[in-house]
Amino acid sequence: MSTLAELTIVFIILLNLALAVSGSMSVCIRLAAIQGVAAGLLPLLAGGGVMRGRAMAFAAFIILLKGAVFPWLMFRAREKTGARRDVDPLIGYPSSIMLCLGAFAASSWLGSRLPLPHSGVAFIVPASLATIFTGFLLITTRAKAITQVLGYLVIENGIYIFGLALFVEQPLMVELAILLDVFVAVFVMGIAIFHISREFDHIDTDQMDELTDWHQSEEGGNI
Amino acid sequence: MEIIKPLIQYLAVIILSPLLLGLINRVKAKFAGRRGQPLLQLYFDLYKLSYKTPVYSRTTTWLFRAGPVIGLSAILCALAALPFAGRPGFLAFDGDFIFLIYLLGLGRFFTVLAALDTGSSFEGMGASREVQFAVFSEPAFFLALAALSKATGKLSLSGMFLALEPASWQAAAPALLLLTAALFIILLAENSRVPVDDPNTHLELTMIHEVMVLDHSGPDLAYILYGAALKLWFFGALIASAVLPRHSGSWLYDGAAFLGMMAVIAAAIGTVESVMARLRMIKVQYLLMGALVFSILALLFQTGR
Amino acid sequence: MITALLTLPLLAGLASFIIKGDPARRRLLLAAAAGHLALTAALFAARLNPALGIPWAAAGEWFGFDELGLLFLGVTSVLFLGASVYSVRYLALEKRDPGEDADDGFIFNNAPEAVFTGCLLLFLSAMTAVTASRHLGILWAAVEATTLLSAPLIYFHRHKRSLEATWKYLLICSVGIALALMGNLFLGAAGLRTGFGLNLDALLGGAAQLDRPLLKAAFLFLFVGYGTKMGLAPFHTWLPDAHSEAPAVVSALLSGALLNCAFLGILRAVQICAGAGLADFSGGILVLFGLLSLITAGLFILGQRDYKRMLAYSSIEHMGILALGAGLGGRAVYGALLGAVGHSLAKAGLFFTSGLILAAYRTKRISDVKGLLGRAPRTAALWLAGFFLITGTPPSGIFLGKFLILKEAVASGKYLVAGVYLLFLGIVFAGMARIFINMAFGAHVPGPDEKPFYESRGMVAPACVFFCCVLALGLYVPAWLDTLIGGAQVLIRRGP
Repeated sequence: MSTLAELTIVFIILLNLALAVSGSMSVCIRLAAIQGVAAGLLPLLAGGGVMRGRAMAFAAFIILLKGAVFPWLMFRAREKTGARRDVDPLIGYPSSIMLCLGAFAASSWLGSRLPLPHSGVAFIVPASLATIFTGFLLITTRAKAITQVLGYLVIENGIYIFGLALFVEQPLMVELAILLDVFVAVFVMGIAIFHISREFDHIDTDQMDELTDWHQSEEGGNI
Repeated sequence: MEIIKPLIQYLAVIILSPLLLGLINRVKAKFAGRRGQPLLQLYFDLYKLSYKTPVYSRTTTWLFRAGPVIGLSAILCALAALPFAGRPGFLAFDGDFIFLIYLLGLGRFFTVLAALDTGSSFEGMGASREVQFAVFSEPAFFLALAALSKATGKLSLSGMFLALEPASWQAAAPALLLLTAALFIILLAENSRVPVDDPNTHLELTMIHEVMVLDHSGPDLAYILYGAALKLWFFGALIASAVLPRHSGSWLYDGAAFLGMMAVIAAAIGTVESVMARLRMIKVQYLLMGALVFSILALLFQTGR
Repeated sequence: MITALLTLPLLAGLASFIIKGDPARRRLLLAAAAGHLALTAALFAARLNPALGIPWAAAGEWFGFDELGLLFLGVTSVLFLGASVYSVRYLALEKRDPGEDADDGFIFNNAPEAVFTGCLLLFLSAMTAVTASRHLGILWAAVEATTLLSAPLIYFHRHKRSLEATWKYLLICSVGIALALMGNLFLGAAGLRTGFGLNLDALLGGAAQLDRPLLKAAFLFLFVGYGTKMGLAPFHTWLPDAHSEAPAVVSALLSGALLNCAFLGILRAVQICAGAGLADFSGGILVLFGLLSLITAGLFILGQRDYKRMLAYSSIEHMGILALGAGLGGRAVYGALLGAVGHSLAKAGLFFTSGLILAAYRTKRISDVKGLLGRAPRTAALWLAGFFLITGTPPSGIFLGKFLILKEAVASGKYLVAGVYLLFLGIVFAGMARIFINMAFGAHVPGPDEKPFYESRGMVAPACVFFCCVLALGLYVPAWLDTLIGGAQVLIRRGP
């Protein structure tokens, strides 16, 4: 059973790299959704077949949310805004993938250094840290607002995997509150993206540069 | 008898390897709904080429003649260190995988030099592409073997594959799966198979490997074709040894299983060639980078364990 | 009691989405705010006078109060009442005269009033949940909820710049708070052997048994996560944008109440660290980032062109001071908490006043506001009073807080910290003095179609009351407040 879980971990890491090189928005949305589903399956695979009903139901809920609801919201946002199909990276794909690999190497090292409780499945901690890093990469180096939300979702995936790695059992109510928050966050961001597209005629966030302390003042001084 | 066995194996490799290309062509023909060439077509070609008189351009030097010979001898040498059906090759020694990589590099180097020696712009273009793709595939190959060495704790290629057991597939499944995938991509790239290069193309502009050997003729071309078949066997054998870790101990049985696996790999290559189109030249590097990434991940998984 | 406190604004908020008439909705807002304050006052009374027999702590598994939570609840509640009084008048004004941006000259619309009022009330509910939570998971969820519920408030004026601010706020804070979730997980891992979960009382009770390296990691993540929300430098980048683009009443709530809520998240982590004997570790980080925020704010206030951004940077400065005080320990914690109360009231008052200035001049540019005393004398008086209070000129209550922090820094031999602290307090004072004085004095040249400006009583009164409170704090700290802050101080720095 643990072999299957390890293969899932490998799959999740490969999905990170695919997210880093994928140039098409819809592919990115699908990849993030698949990653969410893989993360949701992880406890079932690692648990060794003995699962209580509650955990089962919760995993099913997670998979439904991340595999169906989020991608649906994202696709809807994309269609409503009529965004172009490419993700507009600010750095090249080879550098993205190298950064991702470097992050995985660094997280492997970090994972071996952290005195975390041993968690049966190898590489789950590095995989989660690398996923979180990939999310940050998507947020910082992609210009479109949708991709930034996608990055947020990937970070959330990573944190979820991290929680699995540490076996931190939260009460159900807390888990649900967290999920509800994430759901509402994606929902609100989707609405915001819609407004951005109407207001700015596009959703490139690097055009958002009006609010800053560094613009030229009329007097000519650089304040 | 035990002393002769490696020699028999070696002879089997040398004799059987052109058959692999025949198999691939058969599979492709089946997909296309044709009857296809005879299985032994490459043997016929080699025989035909061997008694033709080679033609040499006046601008070429000895490099042009040395290229095919060195290329063939390098791969012949490499095959001698390769394990066959769970038996070590007779040239196996500790650290031989580095030696093998350099042998392949030597073959490539002289092929490229011979291509440049003709002074033709097409061949120069092919040489440039060959080297460009090697930049990715060589480190990927090296790291894949390093990961395998790490997984098995052995330093010789034969040792690694002999130490590989069904249990190691259970213990190190992610790394082995990743490096097998990497090896398959490298196989496709190194042997100019479809997603990277089209062996049947007739357009010089899109060729990589074929364009380098346009000027060779007669026995020289036979050496090159034969060398290519041996190279395909070399990479195929690596994959077959990786995915067939169980050894019964019976020479004949293991040998048969191994040859069967080689046939499966040839069929797999034929299938890939039939269902995929050639990638655009600019996308090839991403495929090779994928192989590199697989190898690096396999190594990371193995070292972090 | 706690249930009522949480559900009152929640229900009122949901109701305001349904109610059709504007006056009815505004009355509901006022009633809910007043009810919330009454319930809060009852909790305070129960805490201070146990003889009443009202269960005030009610430490269930998820919700309950201690002195710290109660203190921040009180501030939030008072602030919200002021804000709702202000916003009733404000909404009426906005309704009659939707905005025109003087800087760029484009016309924009406002969000529906129902959405604004509803989100305002739900926002209050989320903040109440932050102060009342006894489980770090609930605390996290509530803080994230405040982000999501306040985003529509910032985007009340529908134009490009407010949208840009909203997007930055939403994204930076959400990602920051996601890191705090990592911190929660680390904390859970630290207590895994003993099975504490994330219940605050269990964690505090057995803090000494926590795994220390993991606890350190947890603190760092929680600090960065909630620090982003609190606006500590260098995670503050969203704050000036959001505070300058939001309507004045929302800026006041963000600055006065929301930043405190995030600070509460950090203080919870500090509490656990102190319990585990890591007070020096957490204190050092707080002092470092506190000073960094102070320095950043000081530098950016000096050359500021936008008076609402200046107020936002002043908030960053004060958050830095709070972190510094909490990090130094001893009486500085008392100073920090007192400073938090004072800052909330004074800054809310200033933002209310800035809304009036914006209404009078239709610009946020400092250089375009001249002669405020002539154009709107009451607003100008408030503006100047607010300046003296916020910069901690005696006898402001903020002065007392700042002074206690300085005293602790000197007493514990941290002369460098004290020196930097004093220097940048001076720089902030100088920078703000230039701006406030330039705005208040000078001759106002009326435009051709300028109407006389009417300062509505509903919009002036809240600021006036808040400023009086801050002033009173400097002269005399009431016994009940002293008990409460003292109790909270003990909670924060209780050793192993």
